[in-house]
Amino acid sequence: MDNLRQIKHLHARAGFGLSFEDEKAAGKHSIKKAIAAIFKASENEEPINSVQVNTDYAMLAKGDKDAKKQLMQMQREEEKALNVAWINRMSTTDAVLREKMTLFWHNHFACRSKDSFSAQQLNNIQRTNALGNFRELLLEVSKSPAMLQFLNNQQNKKGHPNENFARELMELFTIGRGNYTEQDVKESARAFTGWGFNKDGEFIFRQPQHDDGEKTFLGKTGNLTGEDIINRLLEQRQTAVFISTKLYKYLVNEIPDPAHVNAMADVFYNGNYEIKPLLEFVFTAPWFYQEQNTGNLVKSPVEFLVGMNRQFFITYQKPEVLLQFQKVLGQVLFYPPNVAGWPGGRNWIDSSSLMFRLKIPSTVLNGGLIDFKGKADPEEEAYIAANRNQQVTVNSKVQAQPDWDRLFKAIPAGTTNQQVAAFLLQTNLSKTLTGELSNAPDIKTAIIQTVSTPEYQLT
Amino acid sequence: MKRRDFLRNTALASGALMIPAFLKPFEAMAMDGITGYKNLVVIQLSGGNDGLNTVVPYGNDIYYQKRNTIAINKPDVITLNEMQGLNPALSSLKEIYDQGWMSIINSVGYPNPDRSHFRSMDIWQTGSESNQFLTTGWIGRYLDANCATCKNPYTAIEVDDSLSLAMKGAKMKGIAVEDPYKLYQTTREPFFKELVHDHTDANLNEDNLGYLYKTMAETYSSASYIQQTSKTYQVTGEYPATPMGNQLKTVSKFINSGLQTRVYYVSLSGFDTHVNQQNQQERVLKIYGDAVTAFIKDLKKTGKLDDTLVMTFSEFGRRVEQNASNGTDHGTANNVMIFGGKLKKAGFYNDAPDLAQLDNGDLKYAVDFRDVYATLLDKWLDVNNSQVLGQSFKGLDFV
Repeated sequence: MDNLRQIKHLHARAGFGLSFEDEKAAGKHSIKKAIAAIFKASENEEPINSVQVNTDYAMLAKGDKDAKKQLMQMQREEEKALNVAWINRMSTTDAVLREKMTLFWHNHFACRSKDSFSAQQLNNIQRTNALGNFRELLLEVSKSPAMLQFLNNQQNKKGHPNENFARELMELFTIGRGNYTEQDVKESARAFTGWGFNKDGEFIFRQPQHDDGEKTFLGKTGNLTGEDIINRLLEQRQTAVFISTKLYKYLVNEIPDPAHVNAMADVFYNGNYEIKPLLEFVFTAPWFYQEQNTGNLVKSPVEFLVGMNRQFFITYQKPEVLLQFQKVLGQVLFYPPNVAGWPGGRNWIDSSSLMFRLKIPSTVLNGGLIDFKGKADPEEEAYIAANRNQQVTVNSKVQAQPDWDRLFKAIPAGTTNQQVAAFLLQTNLSKTLTGELSNAPDIKTAIIQTVSTPEYQLT
Repeated sequence: MKRRDFLRNTALASGALMIPAFLKPFEAMAMDGITGYKNLVVIQLSGGNDGLNTVVPYGNDIYYQKRNTIAINKPDVITLNEMQGLNPALSSLKEIYDQGWMSIINSVGYPNPDRSHFRSMDIWQTGSESNQFLTTGWIGRYLDANCATCKNPYTAIEVDDSLSLAMKGAKMKGIAVEDPYKLYQTTREPFFKELVHDHTDANLNEDNLGYLYKTMAETYSSASYIQQTSKTYQVTGEYPATPMGNQLKTVSKFINSGLQTRVYYVSLSGFDTHVNQQNQQERVLKIYGDAVTAFIKDLKKTGKLDDTLVMTFSEFGRRVEQNASNGTDHGTANNVMIFGGKLKKAGFYNDAPDLAQLDNGDLKYAVDFRDVYATLLDKWLDVNNSQVLGQSFKGLDFV
């Protein structure tokens, strides 16, 4: 594989794709330098601060009908703003690896929160620790109000344990199914009793609610605390295997290669769960650049949208269009289907979502209309009922503006339609597409055609 | 004259009754492509419909004690038996009920109920346990199961512009069609047409690119089949001019035109009535009831009611006691309504919900929703329910 193809592949996986603008500079680098540059650019860990006030919704909910309606409206506005803020961040930041990994942890620690302040807080925990230490990340996530609320640990009290958090901690966050017993769930739930949060969105340990009796967890006995449980889980090499497997599926191939995953797990486990060295290991491994590991992952809807935004510098007059796209494509940020996250891969693709993917580029890049609505999330039902909304089919202008001038400036003179297409895709050009491209009257048409293909869905 | 032509002409000229008994199997075969399909229509009420104000236990004093401002007054209830009756907004369904085309299953739910919308909807759509996360839906797994008629995406159609998880299997997925003509037009854009046509070689690969092209080609041919088939039939029944009326009218068009589809899926939003429930719920119930009534009458007229079964569900019911805002909060077990021309047990399938023995203020479930699914799978869709539900359920006797 030539150098530019390697660098394109690296950016496709470690970020959201290489842009024409970065091509020139990137082409000169060795792959080693390109990797170093990606890590360097992601040192910036600036949090998102779209939701600035921690509104006490519980107080507002006690108000009259109008107050409640207003409250729901406010919540929706905050949710929308947070969603768009993150999409914009991913679409414009240089710290692409940090955002790509934040998206990974967003799905790994899948969580829903009605309170956008908490949702943002959790998102920032995932961002700050995205390339840091997994133990730190896990601990902070476990203590975040959003997660404590989502997995009912607020109700986990001595004598009345709630096992929800303890179960998901093992099943989904660390060692995975089949590596613990029901008794381990029970014992560890007791260890997390008293973990809660206050009105100000801060973690608190409520000593009186904590069960400090003796527990036996994964073969270890003592007056175990929540921290002890987390440490015990990290002592299991299986946690390193579990995370490595998931990361391999995200960055390399949906079908894990046991030898590769095992090597990753060694790096992760022996390196005390540092995330950055693990990623460096992956990006420098020869197998990462093998033909069978390129152009074969189905982009998630967010990767698809962000990738276009980055390549074409798209500004949306109506940011809600971005939400509508997420909805019809099946991935709304902060709204995972359940605590297991989005299943990904081929699950993204069905007849309708594929047709939307093939149609969206021409609506965004060529001033088209959207005539689809998508489904309401089940959690939107209260709003729909209160506002007597029936979702109706919309026919509205997307009102998005790509910056063609900027793009054309980045494409060297004399570049053929086929070369442009080859750069935009991670797969080989098919005969049909090559033929279609020869007939395209100009580069703009060639670009829109390329982005409207099944090939463009792969990264 | 060829033998088959002869049979067909005979059938047309003289009516099926004239055909000698020994020729019946041929007739059945010839008819199979047109009418042999038993259809299931699933109607999802999103938001958690308040079952107690839908099928009202007016004969139970506890109902009136717990709901002092939002209970349906006795004189207003459309009584069905001495204990339960319908919300007046569902008055059109009375006629359907009296004809024996409706069955109500009370207290349907599942163990360890989840009161969050998205999780409970997830459970109903995937058919999972409450602590289990499945990535495929129950209808999708029906498509996956080894059934002879499930080769095409249009075996299961959702009348909507996007596809619900319920319709997605591991190997097979249904197709979302809100408007057959629109879908057809979308797929016929010249550029897509070129891509599809030239990819007969590449699309056979097992990799993700192959999968994308296969999906594209299937969408392309399904859109054509659905449009060409359904346009031959004009719906004659009258439907209310509501989104749900239109959806069911589309389903009627599909069924009556002989589309080879086994499952249809439609949904209606607006049931999450925490505040000022009565007006809102009655508004959406009326949309639902009037549309279903029109649909059932239409199918009766066209002779398809016996081949059709309709099931209505919601992700949960609501708490027995009303809240302080003249609304109700998220609850647990709920009623499921079944419609069809050939119900084994019309009317009430089981006893009214027990309002005295509650679980922390919520109804206890008496029927697992997967027993309802199992019945539909075993007795209507001709697959063994354990293939789809992961374990064997006994099922019920409503059909």
